[in-house]
Amino acid sequence: MFTALVHRGRATYAFFERNWNLTRRYWAWEIVWLLYNIVNALSVTFIGAAAEQITGAKVKFDTNSLLLVLVIGTSVWSYLSVTFDGVTDIINMERWEGTIEYTFMAPISRFTHMVGSCLYAVAHGLLFTLIQLLVIAAFFHIDLSHANYLTALFLLLLGSISFIGFGIGAAILPLLYTEKGMQMSFIVKAVLLLVSGVYYPISVLPGWMQPLARISPATYVLEGLREAIMQGRPLWSPEIWSCTWPLILTGLISVPASVYAFSLAERYAKRTGKLKRNG
Amino acid sequence: MAIQRLLPPLSTPRLADHQEEQDAVLVEEVTKVFMKSRPWLPWQKGKDARTVRAVDRVSLRVKRREIIGILGSNGSGKSTLIRILSTLLIPDSGRVTIFGYDVVRDEAIVRRLINRVSVEASFFKKLSPMENLIYAARLYNLPGRLARERIVSILERLGIGAARIKQPLEDMSRGMQQKVAIARAFLTAPVLLLLDEPTTGLDPRSKLDVQTFVRELREVHDATILLTTHDLEEAEALCDRVAIIDQGRIVALGSIDELKQEVMHQLGLSVPASMHQVFMHYTASHRITEEDILRYGSWEKAFEALEAMREEEE
Repeated sequence: MFTALVHRGRATYAFFERNWNLTRRYWAWEIVWLLYNIVNALSVTFIGAAAEQITGAKVKFDTNSLLLVLVIGTSVWSYLSVTFDGVTDIINMERWEGTIEYTFMAPISRFTHMVGSCLYAVAHGLLFTLIQLLVIAAFFHIDLSHANYLTALFLLLLGSISFIGFGIGAAILPLLYTEKGMQMSFIVKAVLLLVSGVYYPISVLPGWMQPLARISPATYVLEGLREAIMQGRPLWSPEIWSCTWPLILTGLISVPASVYAFSLAERYAKRTGKLKRNG
Repeated sequence: MAIQRLLPPLSTPRLADHQEEQDAVLVEEVTKVFMKSRPWLPWQKGKDARTVRAVDRVSLRVKRREIIGILGSNGSGKSTLIRILSTLLIPDSGRVTIFGYDVVRDEAIVRRLINRVSVEASFFKKLSPMENLIYAARLYNLPGRLARERIVSILERLGIGAARIKQPLEDMSRGMQQKVAIARAFLTAPVLLLLDEPTTGLDPRSKLDVQTFVRELREVHDATILLTTHDLEEAEALCDRVAIIDQGRIVALGSIDELKQEVMHQLGLSVPASMHQVFMHYTASHRITEEDILRYGSWEKAFEALEAMREEEE
């Protein structure tokens, strides 16, 4: 029992360490990607800064609120996006490097494989977002005097669980479709961006899209974070609880369901020989 | 030549007493068929999906501590068989057990007993040999410090010095990368080592180093080794028995001497056949004549040309 736990711990660390080593070796790409995220976030936030001029508003505009809505949107999206990519890379990267058969042959459970990769994805996402936030803070004067950081961090980490679940589900695509699976997983992310109210309230979406928004964990993370940072809501407030319980529910459903679906996909890949081909 | 002790002592996965007596590998009537294309659209359903029978009712018994060679042309089914044994492919029918454990049902246990070297050195090419091997070692439950010592020791024996150990693998030649792949398999001291054309692309000295390692793995760590190769000299040097596989079927199985004698009788030769003659005899689609040899320049070239024609026809 203890030996098995030690083995699991070592294997989990193996994935974390491997991904850290890959980040170090691909440092130039990391900088490019970080710059891309920062530029993207700045561009969107500048729209908020220019809202008065764009709309030609005669009355005083609450620019700070709009900036906060957009900063939270870009930051959360950056975090979820990096985390989601890190999780789907469980397969993408192995296909690309040609190591998939060796990893699948190793004496570890798929769950351990996923936990190791996901832990790194979360740490990587948090680091990226922190740097991005620091840069944005240097560009805009944002009033964060009401922010409840504890609630914000709690919601971000709770939302990560559901996003890991969705990421594992999306990782099935490159497992089964060797050539186009990676691009197909981008579509899952794009749909989440569209329906989750990253830059706008979901009430502006057409009626048929709104149920999709309600099953996206990103919707609740964003709503909760806006309540925590803009209104300073504590963890136990009803507004935060209304975001917390759907996140607990999606986490409880999406992670085991995705791990199970992944195990079925792995079995199918082993029956049809799809593990063999590299990217 | 006495076998030198190349590897530090390891805690190889222990086998239960009843497993000590068992066959290392038992393959019973295993078949694997691949669908080349699978129609998606309703109006394409009528079209027949092309199938390839990669492994066709193969049966094989490998004794513990045996080194067995699987010889065959390209596309003969060798690698598919190795993938089935590695738990990377599920056979359509038949059964494979490794030390009594079923490769499908007891996959998790089997994975603890085996390791594999494939013809492509599959690594994270931006990472160094040390980073790649420490990752593999941790997956196989080796503590970091012990793994590092062992990695340095094995790589040095294979001619990869300390200066290269921390350089990215992408800066190394294919042969060097293949040596690192071999080191990865040896690092975990498996009780069953599956070597799928491990020395392809290696220079003669490196080939000898690898062969010495393989022998040591058997002598010191009691490993059973299943080796696929095109290199008939290597098969002769290493294998206790060889199986020749052609179009997914095992067409000959025995010790090198038995097969040479058998072919000598069949061809009516006065001396035992060479390994080349044995291989060609069992795998050639048709007998190579004097005319073919004159036409293509040598027996081997004639064989390659006729095999290429056969593959093209297929």
